[in-house]
Amino acid sequence: MSLDYLWTGFAVALTPTNLLYSLLGCFLGTLIGALPAIGPINGIALILPIAYTMKMPPESCMILLAAIYYGAEYGGRITSILINVPGDAGAVMTAMDGFPLAKQGRGAEALTMSALSSFVGGILAVVGLTFFAPLLGLFAVKFGPAEYVALMVFAFATLASMVGAEPVKTLIGCLIGLLLTTIGLDPTSGAYRFTFDQPELHDGIEFIIIVIGLFSISEILLMLEHKFAGTLKPIPIGKGFPSWADIKACWWPTIRSSVSGFIIGVLPGTGASVASAVAYTTEKRLLDKGTFGKGDMRGLAAPEAANNAAAGGAFVPMLTLGVPGSGTTAVMLGALLLYNIQPGPQLFTEKPELAGGLIASMYIGNIMLLIMNIPMVRLFVKMLQVPNTWLIPTILLLSILGVYTAYSSVTSVLMMIAIGVMGWALRKQGFDMAPIILGFVLGKVLETNLRNALALSGGEVSILFQSTISNSLWVMAVLIVILPWWLARRSRREAIDARDHP
Amino acid sequence: MPMFRGAIAIVCSVFALSFPAVAKPDKTECIVGAKPGGGFDLTCRLLGGALQATNMIDRPMTYTYMEGGVGATAYNHIISTRPGDPGAIVAVSTGSALLLAQKKFGAHDENAVRWVGALGAEFGSVIVSPDSPYKTLKDLIDGIKDKPQEFSVAGGGAVGSQDWMKAALIFKAAGQDPKKMRYIALEGGGPVVTNVLGGHVKIGSSDIAEFIPHHKSGKVRVLAVMSPERLTGDAKDIPTAKEQGFDILWTVWRGVYVGPKVSDADYNWWVETVQKLSTTPEFRKEQESRGLYPFASFGKDFDAHVKSDVARFKVLAQEAGLIK
Repeated sequence: MSLDYLWTGFAVALTPTNLLYSLLGCFLGTLIGALPAIGPINGIALILPIAYTMKMPPESCMILLAAIYYGAEYGGRITSILINVPGDAGAVMTAMDGFPLAKQGRGAEALTMSALSSFVGGILAVVGLTFFAPLLGLFAVKFGPAEYVALMVFAFATLASMVGAEPVKTLIGCLIGLLLTTIGLDPTSGAYRFTFDQPELHDGIEFIIIVIGLFSISEILLMLEHKFAGTLKPIPIGKGFPSWADIKACWWPTIRSSVSGFIIGVLPGTGASVASAVAYTTEKRLLDKGTFGKGDMRGLAAPEAANNAAAGGAFVPMLTLGVPGSGTTAVMLGALLLYNIQPGPQLFTEKPELAGGLIASMYIGNIMLLIMNIPMVRLFVKMLQVPNTWLIPTILLLSILGVYTAYSSVTSVLMMIAIGVMGWALRKQGFDMAPIILGFVLGKVLETNLRNALALSGGEVSILFQSTISNSLWVMAVLIVILPWWLARRSRREAIDARDHP
Repeated sequence: MPMFRGAIAIVCSVFALSFPAVAKPDKTECIVGAKPGGGFDLTCRLLGGALQATNMIDRPMTYTYMEGGVGATAYNHIISTRPGDPGAIVAVSTGSALLLAQKKFGAHDENAVRWVGALGAEFGSVIVSPDSPYKTLKDLIDGIKDKPQEFSVAGGGAVGSQDWMKAALIFKAAGQDPKKMRYIALEGGGPVVTNVLGGHVKIGSSDIAEFIPHHKSGKVRVLAVMSPERLTGDAKDIPTAKEQGFDILWTVWRGVYVGPKVSDADYNWWVETVQKLSTTPEFRKEQESRGLYPFASFGKDFDAHVKSDVARFKVLAQEAGLIK
């Protein structure tokens, strides 16, 4: 494959104006990502009309919008780590180990480490996009309902790792998540389920409302409670750079998560939230010796690499097939059509300045984000020293404002608060929020695709085992459950052998 | 002060009486009843962009996203919270009318708002894979007659949605029960194309604008467009269902409405403005770039059109067994 388009692209992306747009996009994206409830899709929808009325050339517009998109994936991690409030949907898993790290006084290290793994994820995704885009486009097309079912079963299998000390609570949490997904329109029958005649519920509860409720609102309630009990301790900032040993330990989880995140991002039915969930639970399944969830750098690096890689992956179907890989790329696709540009593989030959410029700008943008984010760590961690009398109302205000801006509905805000109170009650009982989130994220994709697959086959279950892709995924699902158990048994036996036969 | 304000109100109403009853709102807001990037968003941006370009409004229009039930949330919001807001205009489409007909649009019916006008239309269309043995709509319908179970359909909406209805019309033309159709519900037109490309389904049902890029690159075969006449532009080589001898029409109009208590003066301003706007070259250009075809229906005409569509969809939904 000729890479001429890429060199043309670098010439386009390196012009001063376009560099400026990249920088602006990266900055705006980081900000948008860091604000709770406002995600990249809202940011892009906001900026697009301005860019279009300014008569910005299409390649500059794409460069700006793309920078906002992957910038937001960087930005989402900041509040996840520092105050346990995910900045956007892809950053939920980042809080799992990020926040415990911050509580141990390693917030600055965690921010730097996650910036590094975000960078690796982002860059690997652009490399994948550069070299394999057309091939991956064809691969994405092979994913029909049956393949998505197998993929989701694999994802649920990795969830086995979340079954920690209290399997019953994990299971209940997961079921709560699954129950929440059943609210809203049932696409395969057209009926409304559990909507109580409220139009706000017709499309189900938005993921971001659940995330903000379960994390941000319940966190505020916990903080308030500790405040009154007088048990809230100030968090030290700590040193800025992670140790070499930590970086080494995170290397393979980051690479693995980047690859899996990229592939999940390429698939039009799944995005950053599924990618980071799968990455986190897979790494936990493979590596955990009781440290994940208590502040393990690897548990932080994995989801961050994955969500950034997924954002890059979402460009593959958009550029090669003209089909959006995520909600955000759907808006960008709309922007391309506004300029009368038809996306598709011909884009690389007919409009090299656009396809190439966009891809080249993603290399540059990721480097910019890294450079921008490492020194800014010092600034971000100051958030930890904000007194709670300021911090708590600010989080509450941002959460309410964010949800209201995105959905313009008071019902959504009330729903968020109700879910938050429920989350607080559950957390008091020792429930983990992660299984609820995972049940919700994976449940919807699983249900729709399972029912679509069975609708296609007329109820024949065999459709789920007909393609190589689904069968490979089934095998992987079995392996991810059995392998860690088998490895643990073997090492135990070896230990016994070693003791018995010195 | 209150007296002074009262005096202004009287003076204003005298003026209002002596001039044609038209009032221009000083702030305009378009409510998008869905996520950014969909058809409602397109409608609002087309309206706002063209109004701005032709200087028919002084300040840029603002956009509010209020997703839920193909516009049902926005419909309820405007009726119960801001019924008299002269500046708030809401995007609507055939999809909303279809839900109104199935009583899935909340507590209110089609008489609850003031229908302003249409901004354009798209048309339903069906595709098969380019290596499929079915070259025309007739081939396909004959095939369905023989073995209905083998013809799986992908659409960008739930059972009972527009895409489902279009496929149902084809199955009905083949003398089959649409209820028994093997249909998969996807999110939007993009996945419909990928599922046809990947060979997961035989037929894809969506709007012509979704298929045009893929038609041009030869990745899909568009069997028919469900428009009353041949389309122009990139779709000019695609035969209509009607030319092929099947009375299958599916027009997707995109329009706007205002709240029920908006005054006649404000309502008339919107109707006249949208009507005037639709003939400007700026509007035509924006309309075309968004894949929409002209569809002239404003004020009373549009009101009648929406209501007759709702009535027609009631019959269709009954026949398809969606409502009793």
